[in-house]
Amino acid sequence: MNAREKAYVRPVDFRDGRVDMSHGAGGRAMAQLVDELFLAALDNPWLRKLNDQACFAPPAGRLVITTDSHVVTPLVFAGGDIGSLSVHGTINDVAMAGARPLYLTAGFILEEGFPLGELRRIVESMAAASREAGVPVVAGDTKVVEKGKGDGVFITTTGVGVVPDGVEISAERARPGDAVLVSGTLGDHGVAILSKRANLDFETPIRSDTAALHGLVAAMVEAAPAIRCLRDPTRGGLAATLNEFAQASGAGFRIRERALPIKPEVHAACEFLGLDPLNVANEGKLVAVCAPDDAAKLLAAMRAHPLGRDAALIGEVVEDPQRFVQMETRLGGWRIVDWLTGEQLPRIC
Amino acid sequence: MRYVDEFRDGTLARGIADRVAHEVRPDRSYRFMEFCGGHTHAIARYGVVDLLPAQVRMIHGPGCPVCVLPVGRIDNAIALALQHRVTLCTYADTLRVPASGKTSLLRAKAAGADVRMVYAASDALRIAREHPQREVVFFAIGFETTTPATALVLLEAERAGLGNFSVFCNHVLTPAAIAAILEAPRGAAAPALDGFVGPAHVSCVIGSAPYEPFAAKYAKPVVIAGFEPLDVMQAVRMLVRQVNEGRHEVENEYTRAVTRGGNARAIAAMAETFEPRPTFEWRGLGEVAGSALRIRDRFRRFDAEARYGIVYRPVPEPKGCECGAILRGAKSPSDCRLFGTVCTPENPVGSCMVSSEGSCAAWYGYGRFRDAARTA
Repeated sequence: MNAREKAYVRPVDFRDGRVDMSHGAGGRAMAQLVDELFLAALDNPWLRKLNDQACFAPPAGRLVITTDSHVVTPLVFAGGDIGSLSVHGTINDVAMAGARPLYLTAGFILEEGFPLGELRRIVESMAAASREAGVPVVAGDTKVVEKGKGDGVFITTTGVGVVPDGVEISAERARPGDAVLVSGTLGDHGVAILSKRANLDFETPIRSDTAALHGLVAAMVEAAPAIRCLRDPTRGGLAATLNEFAQASGAGFRIRERALPIKPEVHAACEFLGLDPLNVANEGKLVAVCAPDDAAKLLAAMRAHPLGRDAALIGEVVEDPQRFVQMETRLGGWRIVDWLTGEQLPRIC
Repeated sequence: MRYVDEFRDGTLARGIADRVAHEVRPDRSYRFMEFCGGHTHAIARYGVVDLLPAQVRMIHGPGCPVCVLPVGRIDNAIALALQHRVTLCTYADTLRVPASGKTSLLRAKAAGADVRMVYAASDALRIAREHPQREVVFFAIGFETTTPATALVLLEAERAGLGNFSVFCNHVLTPAAIAAILEAPRGAAAPALDGFVGPAHVSCVIGSAPYEPFAAKYAKPVVIAGFEPLDVMQAVRMLVRQVNEGRHEVENEYTRAVTRGGNARAIAAMAETFEPRPTFEWRGLGEVAGSALRIRDRFRRFDAEARYGIVYRPVPEPKGCECGAILRGAKSPSDCRLFGTVCTPENPVGSCMVSSEGSCAAWYGYGRFRDAARTA
């Protein structure tokens, strides 16, 4: 046998193959999966070195780091899948500091028996999201757990970014008088996911809003560098984000129901499921708080960006030692906008 | 959204509010009870009280199916799931109601019991069909709104001859409960009430006629209203008029859904499958004669109470919990020492803090800023 000739290796069977314990065992099967799947899809100079870590020079400014685990069911939904979601979610968490995201890492926990073809679609979707955002996945890890010990695929991503000097964005900086803005329609992601859950299968044209928001944030920081707070209202929706701002800043929030951008389809779905759209998750929206003088130019900058077309001024920060988030209803009365209790459950009567 | 947004319109609301303000007499107060949790929720969620004049006071009633279920009945259901090892299916909020000994169905589930949340009674039947080796029990709760659905699954189970399905029936009756509020149980003082906002969904099923004897006997006006905020406001206006004119009639604001005779097919299905119980314990109201339903003998093999020999044991209310007085309309949530401190939606002590239709949960989740404004 000629040692110079590369021996034939049967390629990974992405058509009928399934994840087995050997794919996480550190042997040849694992190396082959890394090579033919992860490296092929996510290819970049750092990954290509096949080291256990990625090395890069620290950029000027302050570093930002965040981590996020993704366990969504179903794995594929209208408008995205767990792959794109795991890229967008972590990029957004970095961006909400006003930072420019630089690198991502990804950890996969795969369940024995998971179809390799589905895994490839998820990894390719992840790669496409990473390329589109311009943020490479520079290190990764794969583990396999026995059947029944996972739910198909779990993905943990970590993001590193850099904040320009002079940008100080943090939840405790909200002050009475500040303006509160959202970047677009609320509840799209949660309703798209719920519509595909078992027992709840209903037809809806709603797609998840999953998107990387760092471009929008860059435009916003350029227009109004003194933005005080930014956060993406994911789990718990707008209600949770405003309550977090209120707790951190020691101020109250007042919003107007009439000003909230909500798609009629989302409103209708929430209506018959007994959900409040303010508690429903988003994956491509942000909430911003800024000084009243900055509100007009910030809103204009948001609306000029494709991901902020439906941006709206929804309320203001007020003095309130109780730190309540209150809303003037469409009807003209007032109510509290509270944290979500337990899981979102429909009413029965 | 059509047929919904119209009933939440701010301009129309101001119009009705102006008329109510014009019609109330400045020298008297108007105390109206909204019986249903659906109304309580709508009033709190849309801030309806902000639009009503100070003379009108809304008092929350016991019409929350989860709230009125006594603890002993939840204990029975937990025993079915944990000791008899059945697959227990029920509606969502029921899972979180605190039972004896710091348990709940949700905690029993975490401890390994097979407890499933269903959206419809027919889902429980489907689970029984899909798992013939499992004993499946539907823990049926609710007023006349949910009763017809339970009746239909009993009829279907009989037709299909299902051997592994039964119903633990806890359905209760609205008219008897409204009367019980004015009968002041256990020596407690009856709340001073000038009229009732009558049920929406319940009345779609039973019609408006069953309230007529009540209105005549107790000389209290009843206005049946839909669950949208403008429905409630219009009903308040109609009640104010009846009071001012000294009338006590059953009027129907919810004409787009409720007739005098109700839904004949639903009523027939209920009559075929259920009969009144001599008495039933309600949280807050105590034992109320003729206020609940049990499964007829013809369907005995689908009756979980007979099948598993369920024995009901009354359980005292948690110490300090005012759910009973709140359900009778005798106290409001912020009168309870536990409200918002020991008892919160995350850690409910009493049932009124569990369901979003419960008075305490509605006040906590939507209205408690008003307490702060009052004490400030």
